[in-house]
Amino acid sequence: MPDTFFGWIAFLWEEYAPLFIRGTGNTLLLAVSGTAFGFVIGLLVAILRTVPLSAKDKPVRKCVVRTFHILIGIYIEVFRGTPMIVQAMVLYYGLLQSFMPAMGAAVFIISLNTGAYMAEILRGGIIAVDKGQKEAAQAIGMTHWQSMCSVVLPQAVRNALPSIGNEFIVNIKDSSVLNVISVSELFFQGKSASGTYLRYYETFFIVALIYLVLTFLSARLIGWLERKLDGPDSFVIHGSQSDSRAVIRGNKEG
Amino acid sequence: MAAQEILKIEHLSKRFGSNQVLRDVDFSVTQGEVVCIIGSSGSGKSTLLRCINLLEEPTGGNICYHGKDIDTLPVTDYRARVGMVFQQFNLFDNMTVLENCTVGQKKVLGRDRREAEQKAIAYLQRVGMDKYIHAKPAQLSGGQKQRVAIARALAMDPEVLLFDEPTSALDPEMVGEVLQVMRDLANVGKITMVIVTHEMEFAREMADRVVFMDEGVILEEGTPDQIFETPKEERTRIFLKRILRN
Repeated sequence: MPDTFFGWIAFLWEEYAPLFIRGTGNTLLLAVSGTAFGFVIGLLVAILRTVPLSAKDKPVRKCVVRTFHILIGIYIEVFRGTPMIVQAMVLYYGLLQSFMPAMGAAVFIISLNTGAYMAEILRGGIIAVDKGQKEAAQAIGMTHWQSMCSVVLPQAVRNALPSIGNEFIVNIKDSSVLNVISVSELFFQGKSASGTYLRYYETFFIVALIYLVLTFLSARLIGWLERKLDGPDSFVIHGSQSDSRAVIRGNKEG
Repeated sequence: MAAQEILKIEHLSKRFGSNQVLRDVDFSVTQGEVVCIIGSSGSGKSTLLRCINLLEEPTGGNICYHGKDIDTLPVTDYRARVGMVFQQFNLFDNMTVLENCTVGQKKVLGRDRREAEQKAIAYLQRVGMDKYIHAKPAQLSGGQKQRVAIARALAMDPEVLLFDEPTSALDPEMVGEVLQVMRDLANVGKITMVIVTHEMEFAREMADRVVFMDEGVILEEGTPDQIFETPKEERTRIFLKRILRN
């Protein structure tokens, strides 16, 4: 048996590398799918929430829209107002375990949980988009759906990107609570690996390092994405020599 | 034969809470004419324009488009036929100049990309902005933004263009370029326009009809000569005296 701290680290890694790697994979899977599905839920909620109502609308439409508003309100309150670890216990043992494996249930739970936060994050992003642009979209005849999808939401998402990235990083870490429904994510694998030799300190030191690497790389990736979405600072004068399209056209004509 | 009446507005009223902004306004727009709406701030000029495009929902009265009540038309179809140019330009910040002028054509009118781009470039040429098709709105000056906004509205081939104080948010040196574009649209393009403006010189020169609004009602209307030279109402006289002295 090793007798130093680093000796144990090396030993445990040697012994349990496949376990850690699988745990890392599952943690990433939960974080990525949870953030992605949560993002889609957030977008749908954002579109539904902003459906305009006018006094001339038919009562049925008013009724449907209001019902949606109430349901959305309940969803956000419940999922933001309870810990995910509790949501996992209630949803998995109360409902999901009879018709899906633990991993499926975990994706479902983390998505619903993230969706509630995303809805609020995107609401903030939408508020920051100048109201006039929505009016201009309406004024050229776009529907609510069209103006949200092509004008408002692209900008709202850009505004909200730092917070969306934050959600992703939170999900990398907080997916660990899903160990309570026996999903073999990183923390769960750490528990398994530490059991045999009862080396909690060294095992979870490795686990902590892996989490740190994942979040560090994610933060860089998000920063890169933000810069890419902003596009170049300059533009090309159409018809100038540096405009390749114009040059090609010029050649053809000549 | 008289020119065709595009819009006819009867007994229009608009209330925000207890604040009655428009009361019993009758107003019509005939094909090919340029109507300038003048009046002091808060007189309801902009609200009237916004009601015409249904950006505000009127609380009373009705609007007819070619003799048909617009409540019977799909609102998006109607809006596509009535273009609007805003005081704050309201260009789509996430799109280039070209995309700003094609997105409506593609999504609302169902034109294909080629046709939409050709049309957009033709109108951008007309407002002198065709060099800037790859630029984003944030890279343009106020006057340039407004010219793009005009091209965006024109690209939808509307029957009437509504201008809501198109030069009020511009630096003085940029007002001229936008007014010049609007002159060209009226003289050469024969575009039907309703313009809310504080540019009295422009109204006098370009308008076929000038409408003076005060406290939510149309106080008087007539040719530019009638309104500017021989106004009938005392309030019109006071307003013109105040604004022309500056």
